[in-house]
Amino acid sequence: MSELNPLPLEALHAELGGKMVPFAGYSMPVQYPMGVMAEHLHCRSEAGLFDVSHMGQVIVRGADAASALERLIPADVAGLGAGRQRYGVLMQPDGGVADDLMFANRSDHFYLVVNGACKYQDVEILKAGLSGCEVTLLDDRALLALQGPKAEAVLADLLPAVAQMRFMDSQMFDWMGAELWISRSGYTGEDGFEISVPEDRAEELARALLAHPAVAPIGLGARDSLRLEAGMPLYGQDLTPEISPVVAGLGWSIAKARRAGGPRAGGFPGAEPFLQELMDGPANIRMGLRPEGRAPMRAGVELYHSVDATAPIGRITSGGFGPSVGAPIAMGIVPAELAPGTTIYGEVRGKRLPVTLATLPFHTPRYKR
Amino acid sequence: MKFTEEHEWLDADGDVITVGITEHAATQLGDVVFVELPEVGTTVAKGDEIVVIESVKAASDILAPLDGEIVEVNEALVDNPAAVNDDAVGSWFFKMTSPAAAEMDEMMDEAAYQAFIG
Repeated sequence: MSELNPLPLEALHAELGGKMVPFAGYSMPVQYPMGVMAEHLHCRSEAGLFDVSHMGQVIVRGADAASALERLIPADVAGLGAGRQRYGVLMQPDGGVADDLMFANRSDHFYLVVNGACKYQDVEILKAGLSGCEVTLLDDRALLALQGPKAEAVLADLLPAVAQMRFMDSQMFDWMGAELWISRSGYTGEDGFEISVPEDRAEELARALLAHPAVAPIGLGARDSLRLEAGMPLYGQDLTPEISPVVAGLGWSIAKARRAGGPRAGGFPGAEPFLQELMDGPANIRMGLRPEGRAPMRAGVELYHSVDATAPIGRITSGGFGPSVGAPIAMGIVPAELAPGTTIYGEVRGKRLPVTLATLPFHTPRYKR
Repeated sequence: MKFTEEHEWLDADGDVITVGITEHAATQLGDVVFVELPEVGTTVAKGDEIVVIESVKAASDILAPLDGEIVEVNEALVDNPAAVNDDAVGSWFFKMTSPAAAEMDEMMDEAAYQAFIG
């Protein structure tokens, strides 16, 4: 393994007993002494602090940045109000999905948050596709997420004004001389905030949040089980260049204005097959899966119609144990005509085990809209 | 009690050897959520993967520490896999008899195992 880049909170993770693993080119905490299960449940009942500083924070500046971004993102960028954020996918030139991302309208520019493992490639795609715009990958800011039902109370202790924010608001705040970029969003299915902080103030902010009795540090392990219960896709597993956004169940992110017949229909790589699939309905789609019994079914498990069928009909793209569900859960790509409640079979260690199709999410989100 | 490099503990009582995983192994695995045990009466060879353990993080196996036969399994673990994390040494997986029980003499004792895991 090549050398891993240190992140601003490395020393704090060590002090907190974080078990560090290589992730997206960085050394990241997979869990703390509390353990994945307890961290997950703590985030659902109290508040959890995540270090997601590996993620890419990108500024896009230009006279008509919104229209430019619509050439690469099949979402309604131009219609997004100032101080608001949206979810979208970034298309690569061949029409496959390069990444999924959040983009925020900050009046005179856009602020994007992209996946850590894709950020350098994303920036190349943005630079090549956004002529007339200045694209900057920031390297001097950390990113924290504070998630859970007590997140608002905790953050409002430091910054009372955040209590006024609604889901997907994105604003700047001054915290003792540090400029914080805060959005009310997250990757857990809980209410919460994502907080961009100058790297030289990141540890101070993290310690101030951890000082609250409701807050525990949460590692990547629980981050994955939380997002799995929330039915959220993980780029690289549930969404890849080979899986269309429609198959990945992300058709909702393509606003009417960008669909066939809309005022700004298409105009991005792969628009034709993409919009056609959206109209016709996809042959396969990402769905929830509930394995019967206790055996988890993880990514890569092949799915079959019956115990003796020869050809698989689908594949699990993410799976594991859902601590809040109290049972194994998974997501996979299956024929779209199969209804929730249908029993199919996943092959685990050579055995076909029954698994029931379910609607996503497994855990109903608790956002403050 | 003896220990293997695969982080199993073995406890012999007469002809019957009880097998579990060490506290160190349970900590490394993380929260155990699923256990699949062999059938009583199964003949096993040393190194066979005979128990499946899945934690919140990953799947792993327990290997047969000796040639022999499974004589009893701890069904309670199937219903309560988390017991492995609560008390690894008290949570046995299976009991076996072995014609090669003498190999246990060569295995690590507690002090040697503690040195092994550092």
